Amino acid sequence: MVISVRSLSVSRGGISLLQGLNIEIKNGYMGILQGPNGIGKTTLLRALAGLQPIESGKIQVSSDDICYSGHLDGVKPTLTVQENLEFWANIFGFSSISAVAEKFILVDLLNIRVGNLSAGQKRRVGLARLGLTGRSIWLLDEPTVSLDETSVKIFGNIINDHLSENGSALIATHMDLGFKNNAQIIDLLKYQSKPGELSSSDGAFL
Amino acid sequence: MIALILRDLRIAIRAGGGFGLSLAFFFIIVIFFPFAIGSNLDLLSNVAPGVLWVGALLACLLSIERIFALDFEDGTLDLLVTSPLPLEGVVISKAFVHWLTTGLPLVCLTPFLGVLLGLQNSSVIFLIISLLFGTPALSIIGTFGAALTAGMKRGGLLLSILVLPLYIPTLIFGAEAARRGIEGFETQTSILLLLGVTLLSWAILPFAAASALKINLR
Repeated sequence: MVISVRSLSVSRGGISLLQGLNIEIKNGYMGILQGPNGIGKTTLLRALAGLQPIESGKIQVSSDDICYSGHLDGVKPTLTVQENLEFWANIFGFSSISAVAEKFILVDLLNIRVGNLSAGQKRRVGLARLGLTGRSIWLLDEPTVSLDETSVKIFGNIINDHLSENGSALIATHMDLGFKNNAQIIDLLKYQSKPGELSSSDGAFL
Repeated sequence: MIALILRDLRIAIRAGGGFGLSLAFFFIIVIFFPFAIGSNLDLLSNVAPGVLWVGALLACLLSIERIFALDFEDGTLDLLVTSPLPLEGVVISKAFVHWLTTGLPLVCLTPFLGVLLGLQNSSVIFLIISLLFGTPALSIIGTFGAALTAGMKRGGLLLSILVLPLYIPTLIFGAEAARRGIEGFETQTSILLLLGVTLLSWAILPFAAASALKINLR
């Protein structure tokens, strides 16, 4: 198991969101988190990435293998696509960005400043970072927002390639990315906290 | 870390990066002083070390809010926290870039502004030395303050209030060293104390700032 979550409870701003959550994901497989807005998909992914404290339960995941990608792309508008990608490649110890730029169809955009790109192109730059980390567990929060149909398909293929290389992923998405039997749908509605159950008052402050 | 430093330097130099803002501010403060005080050169050269030091400090205060705010807003900070780079390293890089784009240019500008305030050539040296040793402390303390208020929209006021008391030792020893040097007294004690404050801040504050960031990202 690369990701193993047992009876996990998470809360946001002192309000308990999810309770008794169990997830098991093996190498080469992925989980798709589904549920209505506000159910706690982002909170769960941030907790797995170590960006958020948990209420109770157990998370077993090697934090050195995690690559988190949230709603925001983490790209700088005044730098060119190439400079942005090279920065992340350097941080993660990668030398070349050309293969990744090709995969994410960014070759023609390399010398354009990100501030001049469209939202979907900018998203592609943000997602291209995944390929530059060399990390095996991808935690993706709504990765397909503002991508067009072709890009979604291409991104689906990139994830499938990643899984076939023994990687794994946990994705919060409402889109059909065209996954086959290596995907497991996790409906968070089942684990929703009962209303009125407030966590300890400390939660709001820590 | 080098990648982060280079990237931040590049962003600072590009349009809208904020490089030059504190420099222009420092320049304006020091230029306005002779106009306000009058052309009495003796008086001017007496207040010059204090004016330059206060100017440097205010110029720093003006720019520290940006240190983490931009990276927080566009999500870069989240990604840096989950990257192999230790958070303390991120803090040190940020503070170093801040010093390179604020403190160092201020030091370079000082000889010219010294002339404007009627300082002798021999006195300017002391000001340069005290600013050179003192401004790194301003940068790392400012970075610590920025880490404490990261994620707060319009946290500038709180940031200034938090950071000002921490700036006071540097201001006292820095201005004291410059004044004593200009008046011909020995400066060793003040300079050593100034250097002590700087080194202590650089030794302790990266860890404090890193923990503050971790809490603020939650």
